Amino acid sequence: MTAPNRRDFLKGAGTLAAASALPLSLVELAFADAAQNFTFAYISDAHIQHIGGTKFVRNWDRGLIRAVAETNLLTPKPDFVMFGGDLAQLGTKEELDHGAEMLAKLNFKTHCVMGEHDYYLDLGEYWSKLFGPQWYSFDHKGVHFVVLNSVLTYDDWTFKRWPTAEQRMLEMAGLDNPNGSPFMVGEKQREWLKKDLEKVDKNTPLLVFSHSPLQKIYKGWNFWTEDADEVQALLKPFAKANVVYGHVHQIQYNQIGNISFNSVMATAWPWPYPQSYAQAEQHLPKLTVPMNRADPFFERDATGWQFIDVNTGRVAMKFNLYNNTNRTVAFNPATGRPEDVQFQDPARQIPPQAHY
Amino acid sequence: MSKKTSFVAGAAIAASLLLTGWGLRADEFTKADQERWEKEYQSVVKEGRELWTSPTLGTNGVACAQCHPNAANTHPETYPKFQKQLGRVIALREMINWCIQQPLEGKPLALDDKRMVALEAYVAWERRGVALAPGKH
Repeated sequence: MTAPNRRDFLKGAGTLAAASALPLSLVELAFADAAQNFTFAYISDAHIQHIGGTKFVRNWDRGLIRAVAETNLLTPKPDFVMFGGDLAQLGTKEELDHGAEMLAKLNFKTHCVMGEHDYYLDLGEYWSKLFGPQWYSFDHKGVHFVVLNSVLTYDDWTFKRWPTAEQRMLEMAGLDNPNGSPFMVGEKQREWLKKDLEKVDKNTPLLVFSHSPLQKIYKGWNFWTEDADEVQALLKPFAKANVVYGHVHQIQYNQIGNISFNSVMATAWPWPYPQSYAQAEQHLPKLTVPMNRADPFFERDATGWQFIDVNTGRVAMKFNLYNNTNRTVAFNPATGRPEDVQFQDPARQIPPQAHY
Repeated sequence: MSKKTSFVAGAAIAASLLLTGWGLRADEFTKADQERWEKEYQSVVKEGRELWTSPTLGTNGVACAQCHPNAANTHPETYPKFQKQLGRVIALREMINWCIQQPLEGKPLALDDKRMVALEAYVAWERRGVALAPGKH
């Protein structure tokens, strides 16, 4: 017997660290054909923010670095990684380059979704150079995936209202800015989506990724997509339709007809639930059991990333919450809706989940 | 009573009448006054909103509104309250300073700095209508 060398030791320590941090044993394989089972990871809303020169906001950098490092430790390995948009804060080359460099450390194929913070400086031009088309679809092991750019808005606002691109970006970057404008997928993309879905069998599991919720929750913060109803109508014929969105920096989930909705967390910072704005009229899905109220003294609290399995053709969303108890929101076939596996029963909910 | 004594007595009476405000009307205000005061308050709220959404309080470009849109999740109605992480009862302005120092990487404001008053005025305005709940976590 030889003594373990340093490399073996480090390898072992790495595996141990991963096993203690990640809920890897939760992965259940459900397809009859084991070769078809797969999982993927979802990282979103990094908001990489340039200060000047080579300096970026440390706090937001740390969130993305951690998500990438932990995703690389996943066992079994995810088939691919989604990045859900808002890689940058103000859409600059410096921010997108710095973010892209961090994402490049992922050991897996990565698909990206456009966020408004990536878009409104140059209308997605530099982002597209780095990451490719702004809307597209792909098939993977029997699931049809669609990526939409859902952060477009009225042409008047985009092209006529602001004297400079920088100002346009700043106006859209303020979540609560009354000068903002509602997000939309738009007619051109809906036409494309209609054609794309025509060729897909309606029993094929369908996963749609967008940055904004493809449902109307709170218009004041653009937890909203103006043409959500029209997009939902296109997804309606599918028996297993799922929408996964970013933007909201918090746990949300909902069921509308046959369409399941799941949000993902940000790696940068959490946002309040709309009900904690006393002047807001809002419609947080009643189904949602909120994430815990953030403890600001732990700078990564209420941020995190997701590990998703779609082995039932429906989403089981495993939230890796830094500085907090992990949560799983999974489609429950018995009730036909996504539910938190631990907290759905009101009797089991805990004080930190009360937002006011 | 001598002439001098009566003069002193007279002056004392006049002084006491003055001190009790005889002949003056206390705070009888008009609608125009109310409008002016509201305008004064709103101008400070506006200043507070500008500070809330601007990077000038910190050094790294981060603004309060990035994590607290419309000043949500600040709960001004619960202060002063026990802040478990600091281990004592604090005023809202101390928590505002904590945020300026940590996420914004800035220098704390004096507690009576007019910018601090403006920030509090804005936070309170966004929270109007909510009942006081001192000490609530």
